[in-house]
Amino acid sequence: MLWRAVLTLLTAALLALFLLFITLPVASLFLRISPEEFLSSLTEPVVLDALSLSFVTATVSTVIVVLFGTPLALVNARRDYRGRELVDTLTDLPIVLPPAVAGLALLMAFGRRGVVGQYLDLFGIQIGFTTLAVVMAQVFVASPFYIRQARASFEAVDSLYEDAARTLGASPGTVALRITIPLAQAGLVSGAILSFARALGEFGATIMFAGNFQGRTQTMPLAIYTTMQGDMNAAISLSIILVVISFAVISAVKIVTRRKY
Amino acid sequence: MLSIHTVRELRDYVLDVTLSVRSGETLVLIGENGSGKSTVLNLISGILTPDRGEVTLGDRTLFSSEGKTNIPPENRKVGHLFQSYALFPHMTVAENVAFGLRCRKVPRPTIAFSVANQLRVMHLADLADVNVGRLSGGQRQRVALARALVLNPDLLLLDEPLAAVDMRAQGAMRSELRGRIKNADIPCIVVTHNLRDALELGDRLCLLEEGRVVADGTPEEVLSMRENGFIESFAG
Repeated sequence: MLWRAVLTLLTAALLALFLLFITLPVASLFLRISPEEFLSSLTEPVVLDALSLSFVTATVSTVIVVLFGTPLALVNARRDYRGRELVDTLTDLPIVLPPAVAGLALLMAFGRRGVVGQYLDLFGIQIGFTTLAVVMAQVFVASPFYIRQARASFEAVDSLYEDAARTLGASPGTVALRITIPLAQAGLVSGAILSFARALGEFGATIMFAGNFQGRTQTMPLAIYTTMQGDMNAAISLSIILVVISFAVISAVKIVTRRKY
Repeated sequence: MLSIHTVRELRDYVLDVTLSVRSGETLVLIGENGSGKSTVLNLISGILTPDRGEVTLGDRTLFSSEGKTNIPPENRKVGHLFQSYALFPHMTVAENVAFGLRCRKVPRPTIAFSVANQLRVMHLADLADVNVGRLSGGQRQRVALARALVLNPDLLLLDEPLAAVDMRAQGAMRSELRGRIKNADIPCIVVTHNLRDALELGDRLCLLEEGRVVADGTPEEVLSMRENGFIESFAG
């Protein structure tokens, strides 16, 4: 009896301590800045540039990930072919790959002297240190978050519905568009949200492959890193925005993944 | 007229079935679980592909290993009712029934007319805008049947059509189903575990054992084969 009470108490203490460890630093961001300072730093060019660049690039990269990732996830969920496991492993790779490695790898491929980049350079096309490079870095690191979730959602759709649709006259393409994708919708949306969030937070690969130029490649995480060396209020303001977005992302995923059927 | 000869290697045995069903005739397939009854239906509707053989419906060849023909399921014009009905959970009753017509690019006014008509005949008109998740077993069965019949199929395949219907409602549903099948005047195959289904729906009875037809005849003929263990227990 006593032991159980002690155990309960101990568990509660551990839980409280851990929650404090997570919430205290986040709360400190809000405690270190007054609402007026927060609002005034939102008008600074460095903050505004980073905000708009981040939203544009993360949106574009999420669209690219969804366009390419959806068919890939559908094929891997439904078709059994040689090398499927290898494709799965490769698409998962960016999750475990350190972002700095991803950035260097992209530079080695698409940089001016890169394996592909040297030929693009002949045509006057440069990718490294441009906004395009920001998007590419984000697609690289964020795609697994969508593809994994999409594949799992497609696998959860009972193939009986697809069979029934075929006998009713639906071609494989129509089955995908009218049956499989709508039934997997919740998982696809939450995967896209997670992928967007990961793209928004991307730092390491971006700074290595795209550099850190305000208005062109300086996304919010890069702007935080840069401004904290001089203008701490701008860094904190950007951080607060990212904290709020993170909360919104978690809530959004929880809401869309509530079971409908 | 439907004629099939299909061979397909399954996990435990080789399925090798030869059957034919005339227009307006209902063939009832019986047999133990795992004897290949549902597989035969899947081979006919094209969800599964035979290793070899031939499936012809009227003057159309749906599958022929020799002629290298394999019409995809969407072009076979075969109505296939699944045991669990497989109603699309993200659609209403009317959307489910309209699905096949929309896939065939039928003009919208025609779809609306056909669907309304079919729903009325099937006593589903009041449920048109209801999501299928809220239907009873009997209602689901009628929606599935309406969804198949609205396309005027050349063949009807019914897998345990009454298994998910309330015991009390089964009698009425069975005679209704019988009427629909007779009206359609096409070949029909019914898979069942239920003796009443076999007697009331079937013109012919076929017993499947490990992928082979071991008895084929009128219900009376087949059910009198008391030396067969399955028939013994099936006929009670």
